[in-house]
Amino acid sequence: MSHDLTAIAHQVRRDIVRMVHGAASGHPGGSLGCTDLVVKLYFDRMHVVPEPFNMDGTNEDLFFLSNGHISPMWYSVLARRGYFPVAELATFRKLGTRLQGHPATEEGLPGIRVASGSLGQGLSVALGAAQAKKLNGDDRTVFTLHGDGELQEGQIWEAAMYAAHHRIDNVVSFVDCNGQQIDGATDEVMSLGDLEAKWKAFGWRVLTCNGHDFEDLGRVIAAADAARGSGIPTVVLMRTDMGRGVDFMEGTHHWHGIAPNDEQLAQALAQLPETLGDY
Amino acid sequence: MVDSRFISTIEPTEKKDTRSGFGAGLLAIGQQDDRVVGLCADLTGSLKMNAFADAFPDRFFQVGIAEANMMGLAAGMTIGGKIPYTGTFANFSTGRVYDQIRQSIAYSEKNVKICASHAGLTLGEDGATHQILEDIGMMAMLPNMTVICTADYHQTKQATEAIAAHHGPVYLRFGRPAVPMFLKHDAPFAIGKAQNLMSGDDLTFVATGHLVWEAVQAALALRDRGIHADVYNYHTIKPFDEQALLDSVKRTGRVVVAEEHQKAGGLGSIVARVLSAHHPAHMEHVAVDDQFGESGTPAQLMEKYGLNAAAIIAASERVLAKRG
Repeated sequence: MSHDLTAIAHQVRRDIVRMVHGAASGHPGGSLGCTDLVVKLYFDRMHVVPEPFNMDGTNEDLFFLSNGHISPMWYSVLARRGYFPVAELATFRKLGTRLQGHPATEEGLPGIRVASGSLGQGLSVALGAAQAKKLNGDDRTVFTLHGDGELQEGQIWEAAMYAAHHRIDNVVSFVDCNGQQIDGATDEVMSLGDLEAKWKAFGWRVLTCNGHDFEDLGRVIAAADAARGSGIPTVVLMRTDMGRGVDFMEGTHHWHGIAPNDEQLAQALAQLPETLGDY
Repeated sequence: MVDSRFISTIEPTEKKDTRSGFGAGLLAIGQQDDRVVGLCADLTGSLKMNAFADAFPDRFFQVGIAEANMMGLAAGMTIGGKIPYTGTFANFSTGRVYDQIRQSIAYSEKNVKICASHAGLTLGEDGATHQILEDIGMMAMLPNMTVICTADYHQTKQATEAIAAHHGPVYLRFGRPAVPMFLKHDAPFAIGKAQNLMSGDDLTFVATGHLVWEAVQAALALRDRGIHADVYNYHTIKPFDEQALLDSVKRTGRVVVAEEHQKAGGLGSIVARVLSAHHPAHMEHVAVDDQFGESGTPAQLMEKYGLNAAAIIAASERVLAKRG
């Protein structure tokens, strides 16, 4: 099945700003920045069975969102991919919703396999799932996504060391390199240094790409797929613009965790064509 | 008086560490169920996980000194149907990784068995950095978490096997030193069901872990003075067996709780909460009183901090002296 990824990404971005506006809270900046990757994974690369949802994901590719605060993007992609009704996006962050502020399993939202939000935990969980796949003879792939600021958490590096030591080559991790975090630029808050050298020193294959270019994303995904069997895990340092697609949200940490007002929503939606029908 | 369904002998001649019961139980359940996997953070020998690791090298994962990662890995392995048993000291199984357990295991309802050795003062000479006395409280506070604290070798082996069949996160707490083997290897054991080891009408003993044997010894000494204690082994702290406690205290009106833990947050806090809500009664609490431990032999520490049969007898005298 071939999808118009650009059209889907436009709709996901519309969903994001409408959801965050509707909840009067949430994290639009990183959500907009990671939209293209996650659309690419769910609509082009990953073999998934949205319905009925299977927690174990046997013989499916898996995706773990470690930077759980960009949940509106993931919820939109999951709904658009058929995991649950698109209309449910309107309940984001509202009392009684399955679409919690940060992803959770407790309410039983299809597509979510572990809670995330407290940063730094998703790579460990994904590696466990990847090793379970190996034990089960399941040759599907486990994908993860992390914020660049999230790499300040020590657990990420515990997990990175473990993956190389145990030769876990059925995991592909993406780092959203937008250079921003809540308090400002990562270089000012806590410099990440030479990330490429750091991951290499931890024994990973490091690829880089433009996180808004579907062709370039396809190139690194294919390279990661081709490296299966090497015993070396792959990380992709993905250059992105925080707030991508909405001009006044782009390239600033200001829109990390605040919602647009009515006027700002209208300005944003004017830049994002409605391609699949709003929820 | 002494229930022979549970107690094999009141004069045990053999001692064995509860952690060896964990090792034996893990090997046994590993042989029965190939979904069982083991993870350890550089304490394989201390946790007695070698037999499992040798028997099932493909199902054993050495994590190194990285407990936070271990908890996440275990959560992830449940996605794919595995039943992970993590092994490290109780301190590093709880406080060090509380947020990982809270988010990735408890809130996410993952079928992880957190197996924690060297709990409490009886870790001994290593001192307070390693002697966690707050773990029961931390773990019992987490929604979805089952908390088990075993009394001897056989019970630890039984519990290690039983938790595989219990779907959901479990904290299994045991210890380092060799302690008397007084329970039957095939005693009736059900998660959430307290064991009435000895019956009596004068006061109720509620004990867990290493303090269960101390409670039995105290009850035997009191029996010689004509005082009959109703002795319960609360191997499961959460879910708490309210019925057993209330049925007993409605007869006795007095209770002594004994645990190798801080007074705050542990078994005694739960007992006090249940009694105050349903049947207020006189209570004494044998536990550590808002202090850290220190270096020493296990016996020296249990004596100094008042966690032995003599302390339970003294607490019994106090609770029996209360009027009304």
